[in-house]
Amino acid sequence: MGLKLYGIPVSTNTTRALVCLHEKGVDFELVPVNLFGGENRQPSFLAKNPFGLIPVLEDGDFTIFESRAITSYVAEKFKETGPDLIRHQNPKEAALVKVWIEVESQNFQPAISPIVYQSLVAPLLGNTPDQAVIDTNLEKLGKVLDVYESKLSSTKYLAGDFFSLADLHNFPYIFYFMKTPWASLVNDRPHVKAWWEDISSRSAFKKVAEGMTFGEKK
Amino acid sequence: MQILPNNQLLGATVALALVAISAAYIYCTSKPKAIKVHGVLLSTATQRVLATLYEKELEFELVPVDMEAREHKKKPFLSLNPFGQIPAFEDRDLKLFESRAINKYISHKHADKGTRLESGDMKQKAIIGVWMEVEAHQFDPAASKLTWELALKPVFGKGTPDKAVVEENEAKLAKVLDIYESRLAQSKYLAGESFSLADLHHLPTIQYLLATQVKKLFDSRPHVNAWVADITARPAWCKVLALQKH
Repeated sequence: MGLKLYGIPVSTNTTRALVCLHEKGVDFELVPVNLFGGENRQPSFLAKNPFGLIPVLEDGDFTIFESRAITSYVAEKFKETGPDLIRHQNPKEAALVKVWIEVESQNFQPAISPIVYQSLVAPLLGNTPDQAVIDTNLEKLGKVLDVYESKLSSTKYLAGDFFSLADLHNFPYIFYFMKTPWASLVNDRPHVKAWWEDISSRSAFKKVAEGMTFGEKK
Repeated sequence: MQILPNNQLLGATVALALVAISAAYIYCTSKPKAIKVHGVLLSTATQRVLATLYEKELEFELVPVDMEAREHKKKPFLSLNPFGQIPAFEDRDLKLFESRAINKYISHKHADKGTRLESGDMKQKAIIGVWMEVEAHQFDPAASKLTWELALKPVFGKGTPDKAVVEENEAKLAKVLDIYESRLAQSKYLAGESFSLADLHHLPTIQYLLATQVKKLFDSRPHVNAWVADITARPAWCKVLALQKH
């Protein structure tokens, strides 16, 4: 019995886990969850994740949720195969990966996700984007990306000269952010831009990106 | 060459020995600590790291950061944490930041010392990981806003609580705590029968909220209430609180 990931191909949190599974070359099945039909609020789903959120990972009878806990588990379980996403044999590198994972979680995501939401999601729900929210968060995101720019001018990737989960976790939101009118925040920072072009050209990323059709203009 | 009489030689030897022992003692006790935490006692994130260091029974030095003078937004602090946030952490030549990353590092490096805060079993480690993410993404956003409005704003003289923010975040926190109540009806701690980092990470914010109107959200849920009483009574946490009394 292989792994099952419950989620949808356009969801940022689902794609975070999907990219990790593809990077490790792990066999898995993506099980769609009918969010619009409220499947995630049904008892059978809440038994898997009491918070009613996607993604959820099932490994046999073992179930976990929260995308960054899922990627950590997958990276740990399959640490001997595929790229080393957690630097498990080098304690100092492993610690730096943990630091930059928290950076994405605590500094990067809170700034970028409201911009993506207001810009791409709100219109689909028939709402006008809240420009004040966008502006406040563009300023915050700019400051975070200034630190990324500085870091990436001294190391090739965020935690060091090695690709890791710390870089991977940034993928889904940057992917969507580049479809907003503010992609220049990335493109105007040469090291951030080069880093983004590098990681987004990885085959695992390209594979997952095929399903990320949110925000496409028809 | 003159040779000292025996009793004077003995006296000189004892005196030299005492000087050597004193020097060694002074060296050992004033030796710089390998672990340094740069932060302030009021900060929840700083407290989160101190709690872990006490649980692991590790020696450390707390290096105060002058927040009022915006020391954390300038060099040399920025070379410790380029985001200009406390705490920053040093373990000899290794520099880290982000309290949850620091705690994971400490817990892993000193796995066999003090309280076991993570697990060697891959699945149990993953479950602890799940509830650490829950603390970071479901609990903390609402809880930290409430902590700022109700506990810290008054201390810093930054005005009265914003009622709308308080109401919105109390409602969010209540929903999260309903889930905690169900979870803690199944196991003593969030990740199972043992205390772990997943529980510890909640301590600083919970402690602040217990002194505010938010206390009722914990009191009214019996399993949450028992869990809060248990974790806030831990000796290591009490040591963190005791630091604030000096």
